[in-house]
Amino acid sequence: MNILVCISRVPDTTTRILVGGDGVSIDTQGVKFIVNPYDEYAIEEGLRLREKNGGTVTAICVGPDAAKEQLRTALAMGVDKAVLVKTDKYFDSYFAAKNIAEVSKEMKPDIILLGRQSIDFDSFQVPSYLAELLELPSVSVVSKLTIEGNKVIAERDVEGGKEILETELPCIISAQKGLNEPRYPKLPDIMKAKSKPIEEKQPVEVEPKVSVIGMEIPSRKRIGKILADTDADIEEIVKSLHEEAKII
Amino acid sequence: MLDYYNITEEFSEEEKLVAATTKSFTDNEVLPIIEKYYSDGKFPMDLIKTLGELGLLAVTLPTKYGGSELNYVSYGIAMQELERGDSGIRSFASVQNSLVIYPIFTYGTDEQKNKFLPKLASGEFVGCFGLTEPDFGSNPGGMLTTATKTPKGYILNGAKMWITNGSIADIAVVWAKLDGKVNGFIVEKGTPGFTTIEMKGKHSLKASVTSELIFNDCLVPLNNRLEIEGLRGPLSCLNQARYGISWGAIGSAIASYETALNYAKTRIQFGKPIASFQIIQEKLVWMLNEITKAQLVSYHLGRLKDKKLDRPQQTSLAKRNNVDIALQCARLAREILGANGILNEYPVMRHMANLESVKTYEGTHDIHTLILGADITGIEAFS
Repeated sequence: MNILVCISRVPDTTTRILVGGDGVSIDTQGVKFIVNPYDEYAIEEGLRLREKNGGTVTAICVGPDAAKEQLRTALAMGVDKAVLVKTDKYFDSYFAAKNIAEVSKEMKPDIILLGRQSIDFDSFQVPSYLAELLELPSVSVVSKLTIEGNKVIAERDVEGGKEILETELPCIISAQKGLNEPRYPKLPDIMKAKSKPIEEKQPVEVEPKVSVIGMEIPSRKRIGKILADTDADIEEIVKSLHEEAKII
Repeated sequence: MLDYYNITEEFSEEEKLVAATTKSFTDNEVLPIIEKYYSDGKFPMDLIKTLGELGLLAVTLPTKYGGSELNYVSYGIAMQELERGDSGIRSFASVQNSLVIYPIFTYGTDEQKNKFLPKLASGEFVGCFGLTEPDFGSNPGGMLTTATKTPKGYILNGAKMWITNGSIADIAVVWAKLDGKVNGFIVEKGTPGFTTIEMKGKHSLKASVTSELIFNDCLVPLNNRLEIEGLRGPLSCLNQARYGISWGAIGSAIASYETALNYAKTRIQFGKPIASFQIIQEKLVWMLNEITKAQLVSYHLGRLKDKKLDRPQQTSLAKRNNVDIALQCARLAREILGANGILNEYPVMRHMANLESVKTYEGTHDIHTLILGADITGIEAFS
C-alpha cells in the first residue's frame, strides 16, 4: 500500500502566542513548534495500514526548512521517507493543497491521510482542496477506519451519534481525535530516523486565494457563572459543559 | 516546561524527540499511577516493559546490543523527564543504564555482552549493582566481601546493602575483593548461596526496591568475572550514574517549581493570589534561578561528555549542586503550598523525601564536596 501522510508544523499548544510586529503573523521568537496533533492520528493510521498491508508511508510537509524537525518526528514514529516542499513565504491552504496535490500526482498514493485541521489557522480546507484538485473521494473528521480490499468504511462522529460512510481507494481521509492512539517515537527509532531521507522540493508557485490582513489577541473576559445544586442548575451545568466547553 | 534560557533550542532534532517521548511517557504512564505505588511502597513493575520498548534502559548502548545508541545529552534528558515523575523510576533506569549495562559493555567479555546486554536493554532482565556494604558506604575500598578463585569458579562471601532493584534483579554486578583487589562479577539470580532481602521501612524512594544481597559460599562461574581490577571499575560506573542524576534532579526541581507556581497563582489569601506577595515571588524566583543554573551545568557537562572532555570532578559538582538545589526547591515549594504541601494530592513532599536519598546515594553531598576540595587544593581530606 502506497500511503501519503500530510503533516503541518504548528506552534505547541502550550506556547503563549503573541502577534508579530507586522500585525499579520505571530511572533515566532521562542515559540516551540510541533507536529499538528491531528496529523499524529493520520501518521499512526498510516503506520497501522502499512503494518497490516505492507507498503510504504511517505510524510509530506509544506513549510520552511525548520519543518524538517516535524518530518523527523514522523520518521522517528516509523514513516519510511519524507518530502519537504520548502517555502519561507506566507502560504494559505490552497497553496499547501496545490503543492501536496502536485507531489501526489507523481506518487499516486492509494490513500492520503491528514489531520482534520491544523491547529494554527484552523481553516479545515486542505482535505477538501486536495479532493477537488486530485478528483478523489474524501471523508473528513474520521474516527474509525476499516479498509478491506478497495472498500473503505469510515465512521464519523456527528451530533449525538455516528455516521458510517463507504467509499473506495484511492481516497482522502482526514483524521479526528480517537481514530487511534498515536505511538511515541522509541529511542532506537529516533536514532534510525537520522539516516532516513528527507527529499526537498521547490514549490509550485501559486497565488494564495486568501491572505491574512490582521491578527489580534482576544481580550480576556471571564464570565463566571455561579450555580447551585438544584436540578435546573445541574441541567445547566451539563448543558454548558456539553455545548460551550464541549468536554462532555 | 521550565526552560528560561531556551536551552532546548540548542538540542539536536534527536534530542528534542527524546525529550518529547520521555515527557509523554512520564505524563501518561508515570504521573497517573505514581502516588498510589509510592503510598503502597511498591515499584510499578508494569513500567519495565514500556521503559525497555521505548529504549530508555539502554540509551547510549550500541544498537547491535539492543541499545538506542544515542548520546549522553539524550541520556540526561531522559533521566530528567523520568525524575520529573519520581526519583524511584529514574533510579531504576539509572541502575540499568549506568550501573549494569555500562560495566558489562565496558568491561565485559563478548560472551557476557551477547548474553546479557540485549535482555537488559529490552527490560526482560533487570539488573542491580552491589558495591555498598553495611559498614562501607563512602569508603567502598574497605569492603569485606571476598571472592576466592577455585577451579570451578569464584566463591563469593559477604553482604551488600542499599542495593536498588536487588530483590527484583535477574543479575547482579557485584564487587568483591579477589586477592585484596576489587573485582567485578556477574551473579545470576538463583545461583546457590545468593539471597536477597528487601529493605522495609523507608520514608524515601518508596516506589523503588532497595535490598540487601547476601553471598554465602556463592559459586560464580569463571567466565562471569568482568575484565577490570581495582576501585576505578565501580567508580567509573558511579560517574555515569551521577551524571544522569544531575539531570534527574532538575526534573524533580521542575516538578516542585511548577506545582508551586500554579498553586501560588490560584491560591487566594487576603483577597488576592498569594503569587502577588513579594515573599512568595522571592521563593519562586530563587527556584527559577537555581534550576536555570542547574540546567546549564548539566547541559554543558553533557556536551563535554559527548566529546569525552569531561572530568569526574565536574560530574561531582553537577550532582552535588543539582540534587541540593532540587531538595531546597521541594522545601520551598512545600512552604508555598502551606498545609496542602504535605498532601499526596501534590508531588512536592514525595519529591522532597526522595531527594533526601538522592542527596546521599552515589556519593553523598559531603563526599562530593571533599572530591572537589581535593581537586582544587591538591590535598585529600579523606585519605
